[in-house]
Amino acid sequence: MSQVNRLSSGGRIDRDTSLEFTFNGRRMVGHVGDTVASALLANGVRIVGRSFKYHRPRGIVAAGSEEPNALLQLGTGGRTLPNQQATRVELFDGLVADSVNCWPGPDFDLMSGIGLFHRLTPAGFYYKTFMWPASFWKYYEHVIRRAAGLGRAPTEPDPDHYDRMNTHCDVLVVGAGPAGLSAALAAARAGARVILVDDQAEHGGSLLSTRRDINSGQALDWVAAASEEIAASNAVTVLRRTTAFGYYDHNFVGLFEQRSQILSDGGDVSRQRIWRVRAKHVITATGSFERPLIFADNDRPGVMLAGGVRAYVNRYGVTPGRKICVFTNNDDAYRTALDLHDAGVAVPAIIDVRDDPIRDLPTEAMERGIDIIDASAVTGVNGARGVKSIEVMQLNAAGDGVTGQARTIECDVVCSSGGWNPAIHLHSHSGGKAVFDTERGIFVPGAAVQPSHSAGAAAGIFDLAGCLRDGTSTGKAAAANAGFKNASRRKVPDTDTEDEGPMRLLWSVPTTAPIGRRGKHFLDQAHDVTAADVQMAAREGYTSIEHAKRYTTLGMAPDQGKTGNIPGMAILGQALGVDNVGDVGTTTFRPPFTPVTLGALAGRDIGPLMDPVRMTPIHHWHELAGCKWEDVGQWKRPWYYPKSGETMQGAVNRECLVVRNAVGIMDASTLGKIDIQGPDAAEFLNRIYTNAWLKLKPGSCRYGLMLGEDGMIMDDGVTTRLADDHFLMTTTTGNAASVLEWLEEWLQTEWPELKVFCTSVSEHWANVTICGPRARNLLAEFTDDIALDSKSFPFMSYREGTVGGVSARVYRISFTGELSYEINVPASYALNIWTALMNAGEKYGITPYGTETMHVLRAEKGYIIAGQETDGTTTPDDLGMDWIVSKNKDFIGRRSLSRDDNMRNDRKQLVGLLPTDPDKVIPEGNQITETRLEIPPRGTRIAMIGHVTSSYYSANLGRSFALALIKDGRGRMGDQVYMPTPNGIIAAEITGPIFIDLDGERQDG
Amino acid sequence: MVDGYLRQSPLAHLHLDARAANDINVTDAGLMLGERRHVGMINLRGEPADPAFAAAVKKAVGVALPDGINRSSGKPLSIHILALGPDEWLIVCPPGTEDSIFGKMTKAMKPLHAAVTMSSEARTVIQLAGTDARNGLAKGCPLDLHPRAFGPGQCAQSILGRADILIHQTGSNAGSSDASYDLFVLRSFAEYVWTWLEDAGREYGVKVFSPAEK
Repeated sequence: MSQVNRLSSGGRIDRDTSLEFTFNGRRMVGHVGDTVASALLANGVRIVGRSFKYHRPRGIVAAGSEEPNALLQLGTGGRTLPNQQATRVELFDGLVADSVNCWPGPDFDLMSGIGLFHRLTPAGFYYKTFMWPASFWKYYEHVIRRAAGLGRAPTEPDPDHYDRMNTHCDVLVVGAGPAGLSAALAAARAGARVILVDDQAEHGGSLLSTRRDINSGQALDWVAAASEEIAASNAVTVLRRTTAFGYYDHNFVGLFEQRSQILSDGGDVSRQRIWRVRAKHVITATGSFERPLIFADNDRPGVMLAGGVRAYVNRYGVTPGRKICVFTNNDDAYRTALDLHDAGVAVPAIIDVRDDPIRDLPTEAMERGIDIIDASAVTGVNGARGVKSIEVMQLNAAGDGVTGQARTIECDVVCSSGGWNPAIHLHSHSGGKAVFDTERGIFVPGAAVQPSHSAGAAAGIFDLAGCLRDGTSTGKAAAANAGFKNASRRKVPDTDTEDEGPMRLLWSVPTTAPIGRRGKHFLDQAHDVTAADVQMAAREGYTSIEHAKRYTTLGMAPDQGKTGNIPGMAILGQALGVDNVGDVGTTTFRPPFTPVTLGALAGRDIGPLMDPVRMTPIHHWHELAGCKWEDVGQWKRPWYYPKSGETMQGAVNRECLVVRNAVGIMDASTLGKIDIQGPDAAEFLNRIYTNAWLKLKPGSCRYGLMLGEDGMIMDDGVTTRLADDHFLMTTTTGNAASVLEWLEEWLQTEWPELKVFCTSVSEHWANVTICGPRARNLLAEFTDDIALDSKSFPFMSYREGTVGGVSARVYRISFTGELSYEINVPASYALNIWTALMNAGEKYGITPYGTETMHVLRAEKGYIIAGQETDGTTTPDDLGMDWIVSKNKDFIGRRSLSRDDNMRNDRKQLVGLLPTDPDKVIPEGNQITETRLEIPPRGTRIAMIGHVTSSYYSANLGRSFALALIKDGRGRMGDQVYMPTPNGIIAAEITGPIFIDLDGERQDG
Repeated sequence: MVDGYLRQSPLAHLHLDARAANDINVTDAGLMLGERRHVGMINLRGEPADPAFAAAVKKAVGVALPDGINRSSGKPLSIHILALGPDEWLIVCPPGTEDSIFGKMTKAMKPLHAAVTMSSEARTVIQLAGTDARNGLAKGCPLDLHPRAFGPGQCAQSILGRADILIHQTGSNAGSSDASYDLFVLRSFAEYVWTWLEDAGREYGVKVFSPAEK
């Protein structure tokens, strides 16, 4: 197919450079400067897809981001992009585009029969039709989704890469049309840091699509000069092919940049990126969108917007048809007729709903001999697969009916204009309201709620001279706001003035029958929502525009109703008998303004950069040793170290036995460590922990429990008194950061009088723990300045000295119940201390053990893990830890412990469980019941009396065991309880929570 | 048994010296990266309102406290002090000098309400330089690093990607986009941050170098 609709001259395309592409498998040619839409029109393509619900044939309507119909699947494989607006995709060589929502193709679509049943599928039909039985929704949904789906998501990973930039500026200007360019120029001349963004490859905005003069030359010459001056300014960033997609609080604006036009990254350059802009001042010069006139069968391929047709003729050198009628309620659309006529395209008629338009533009049209049919309306469109002719009738004075005989006018395109409305989307994102200007019939931005301004057409200023003036003054004001008051005194450029008459509001165009009876008046072509649907929603009681929108799905398609929303609101208002459209209100515009790819939003937060892997100084040794990892927060901790062919249980059994019988070694570097200094440090700990700290001797360690204000356990750990005014607190790995914040919060907000400073030293000190009966012998080989006998270095104390020649802090504390030394060394020495201990320990059978073994060993001793035995509703007494709660002092959470609910006898209490079958390990988290019921009789409920918190197989006990929280557990010792599991019921006996070494003798070695 | 030369910096396993040797002739990289190993760091908390405090710090380390928060005093490769908050500073000193400075500071702070905490091992320093150093950081750091807002002698705690960083601008070149930074990164995040920076530098070209110490 050749470019049958390409004009022989004009436009901003390069006719010497051809680009080949395919559309639904057909090879076509376009030029550099084309969008896919302009190239399709040039090639005579009329039907680009099928509609969402009725599968009606659809064609291109617009030339910008308001396009509702021309949604394409671009590219193939991992790079494919669904639902791309053909009007926004720049053509490139080798582009592959396919229609969405039709099969096998848009010209012949098997689903199109659905349109015959449109009476069965009104707005909200799925709320009405698929309601019963509720459980069947999951089946209905599949069918509905398949019938209504748009493009296809890629099924393979995207090979391209995407990234993100953070930036700041004094003035962010969105839009490089006449107002935006003027604003950027003024702000840049004042010396401000300016970012100018525009979604097109070239600057100029609406000027690219019109024939206008500025300073007695072509407008685009002025654009080029302004653009050049801006780019050359100091501290200016110009971003092209970049859309401001969201305007958030604190003048934070998200931009979406296309760095590569083609569907591929340029190697190391990302394909798309998100800019996170924080601006002192934002200028939205986003222009305006044309509103269509809503007439019968206005979705036929060939029914377009007048401004869109003008853009195709002037910017792309393409005519969408051979005979183009213009249907308007305003003067601006006459420019389209004039441009078409001057480009040699026949304009059979201009149909104007107004009576006797006589200002400059209609007069010019008359002078060119174009037929103007005034006080009339298009009442029908003939040609299901593309416009063949239109029906025109006389409008009555009220505009709610037609009279006389229909006149048929042959044409292949009819373009309409219902006037222009400011693009207030970003203003709305920023929290600003839309205000209805009754006189002009448009929504304009209300007062700004953030430091921002709308400028030009986005502010409701539609004449070119006004846009240039408004842009300049807004740019100056914004720069001054940001502290740059040195504004240039250069003159605002001149332009020709236009005398335009007012438009006549006509929200829906009548036919000889009521709306919906003769033809369909489409408001939202992307979602197949008609004027009749909105009227029905009003009849059914949807009086709020927000409800009616959701019920009918008006404006909820990828184009977000940029064309049809405002007529839709007005039609709802009329149906509700509201005189002023402003009283109906607008729906809230939400980001994104146009779709943003998930790839760009993810940026580099994928693969290995998805989330940091925190590594201890010994991490790579563990890796080489082939450990399996456990994720603890962002840390990787060794879980267990399987030998070749060994199962997890086998490895854990071996590790457990070694620790209790010889010596194990563990990397406990991830524990949180907080250095606490100051004369009030002991008093501070006294308030933070439940137990007493004032009398702890320097060199001694003490276990502490920390509660929230609600009396529930928050964290636990051992704290050591290094000196009178100096402590080292340890926290659980996962709570290291939050405990430090907790301490700082109390110091800064509640107890500023306490002289205490807290400093994290978690990462300064690595912790190599050796544990087991041979630990003392092993450590003795590494130190000559720490006496290790139990008297000199008793349990729960700490010594400073050298270990392997490195100055170290050694703590005799134990989380396993065995003789244990936690050797803390400066982190950079940790790997070599570890390997030295491994080498020297070989004769004792030293074995590295991971978190699983640690969990088993501590559970054998009934030691809790905060977050495993506790869940935010667990008090110290629940765990049988009343012994650690002081009765003689105040501490955080104390008062809550005496709440009635916390003093109940039947609270869940920590107990041990021994399964009847010693080989069965109860799943952790399992519910516990009092009675054994295989299958509960229908309608009965079984009371849950508790849940399993920790459960393991113990090689040391030779059986399984568990810890559990059970209601009144301490009163049920010896009782039998039952755990229903997917694999049958497990019975167990309630015991105390300590299983090994009840008297605690082993920790002395 | 464990000799000092067996100390492992947080990025030791990446063999950066070998990579630096390999990159020695690279001239077109916009982003240059290197690890400064075993830099001394001492965390200081104290009461700035107490005039004796500032005087004692200056006397002990020979460098006065910076003028305000997020400012540095001293010279980047010598002893310098970064003001992290209203009552928190980081004393940064050349490798090997930390123990003696820690001793002097502990002694000097004895009569005052202050906390001197050795924290050299908690972080490593990734040095960043080149014409695109600022752009590379901007990909993951929300701070305003534009020369009008942030320049040599300024420091700030922020994030890079998903890791906390302390950033100190150490240099710039008038008339070019050249800038150099010391990034103080928690040891456990060091590999993530390094990998992140190399990735961010893809489009600018990355050169690994071995930073010089005084």
